[in-house]
Amino acid sequence: MKIGVLALQGAFREHEKSLKSCGAETCQIRLPEHLEDIDALVIPGGESTTMIRLLLEYGLLDKIKERAEKGMPIFGTCAGMVLLSKKVEDSDQITLKLMDTVVKRNAFGRQVNSFEADLDIEMFDTPYRGVFIRAPYIVSVGQGVEVLAKYQDKIVMVKQGNFLASAFHPELTEDNRIHKYFLSMI
Amino acid sequence: MAEKGTWIVKKGMAEMLKGGVIMDVTTPEQAKIAEEAGACAVMALERVPSDIRAAGGVARMADPSMIKSIMDAVTIPVMAKVRIGHFVEAQILEALEVDYIDESEVLTPADEEFHINKHEFTVPFVCGARDLGEALRRIAEGAAMIRTKGEPGTGNVVEAVRHMRRMMSEIRYVQSLSKEELVMVAKKMGAPYDLLVQVAEEGKLPVVNFAAGGIATPADAALMMQLGSDGVFVGSGIFKSKDPAARAKAIVEATTHYNDPEILLKVSKDLGEAMPGIEISAISPEMRMQERGW
Repeated sequence: MKIGVLALQGAFREHEKSLKSCGAETCQIRLPEHLEDIDALVIPGGESTTMIRLLLEYGLLDKIKERAEKGMPIFGTCAGMVLLSKKVEDSDQITLKLMDTVVKRNAFGRQVNSFEADLDIEMFDTPYRGVFIRAPYIVSVGQGVEVLAKYQDKIVMVKQGNFLASAFHPELTEDNRIHKYFLSMI
Repeated sequence: MAEKGTWIVKKGMAEMLKGGVIMDVTTPEQAKIAEEAGACAVMALERVPSDIRAAGGVARMADPSMIKSIMDAVTIPVMAKVRIGHFVEAQILEALEVDYIDESEVLTPADEEFHINKHEFTVPFVCGARDLGEALRRIAEGAAMIRTKGEPGTGNVVEAVRHMRRMMSEIRYVQSLSKEELVMVAKKMGAPYDLLVQVAEEGKLPVVNFAAGGIATPADAALMMQLGSDGVFVGSGIFKSKDPAARAKAIVEATTHYNDPEILLKVSKDLGEAMPGIEISAISPEMRMQERGW
């Protein structure tokens, strides 16, 4: 199983490390042709405005959408969650529009308000330590979107069909349960 | 319970900047140009390093209202600089809620002996370093991100290259040493032993390591990335050039595609004139910013 990690900018190496610890093979995605032989894609945290510009400039946006609509699983964290959403609240920022979710960027505040907290996640028996960095949250979801975790009533993890998204960063902790869960979706 | 300002949150913020370009800006308009070009963060300051160099005198933290106007203009993280050792300037910037503080040799040092104890802050810090020992001293004080010092405001990449090469070579060297040898090397480098052992085991710095100081072209940015930088800071190089928007975009693309000569060729074309450069030997030793910090 080969998992592509979008490597335009952000924490892509950490995702590769987590995925490898689950036994998956990984590769870095910077150009459309890199998408050809992968089974799934991870969109890491970073700056969504930087990534979207590079996605557009190099023709990756349409290519990712094409693969996604044919069923390729995608996991987005933080900026990745922003890019998967159909709309960014109070903004006309371009996204992949793959999930029926409205997302608010930097919703928990600036860096001084970044935090770690224990989360109850739907499919796990024990709490998961979530690392939130200038994190977004989901403001509203459409039908068919499963809410997997909330923090203080805010939606921070969602699933819809072959797409999974979290507002926090599982790649920054040693706990690889979420990466394992994503691999089980393939 | 939510915990703020933890090591993982501070260090993690820098991980999110990796592979990106952090641009010096002096106005909200410049900040917007930087954001649109794909900067992953901006550094808000009153004057870019080449103007600080030209003006002389004492360079201090920027006016908070000017930094605030930049924070309001963009959605990407905003960093700002404090003088080395000036922990009150840092307290002020933390109260302003900037996203990262650069304890920077570009400003005139406020303390000739000590740097800020950065563990006491919730906001994370980035510091400059010329070699592994200096980087690990800063990390021991709580820096959650390191950058090379280079020689700021010169448009001359030679010092950043020197500092990055030295750091990488020292990392390779310590990996070959035994524990008892590491004790003596830690002493010689002035590096905390435990951190040095960590570097020897992992083969990299414990935090993100960017390049800074003299980067002026897409090729400069890609050079620093190929030498092992996690990302780049561009100071005077963008807004002191002929066409800042085009150059900013080109440097962002060169940083992402640093290993792809075809793309580097494409983005290097037709950028207009780069900032005027300064030969390092033409700067008298007491005017070299990289010598500031200890």
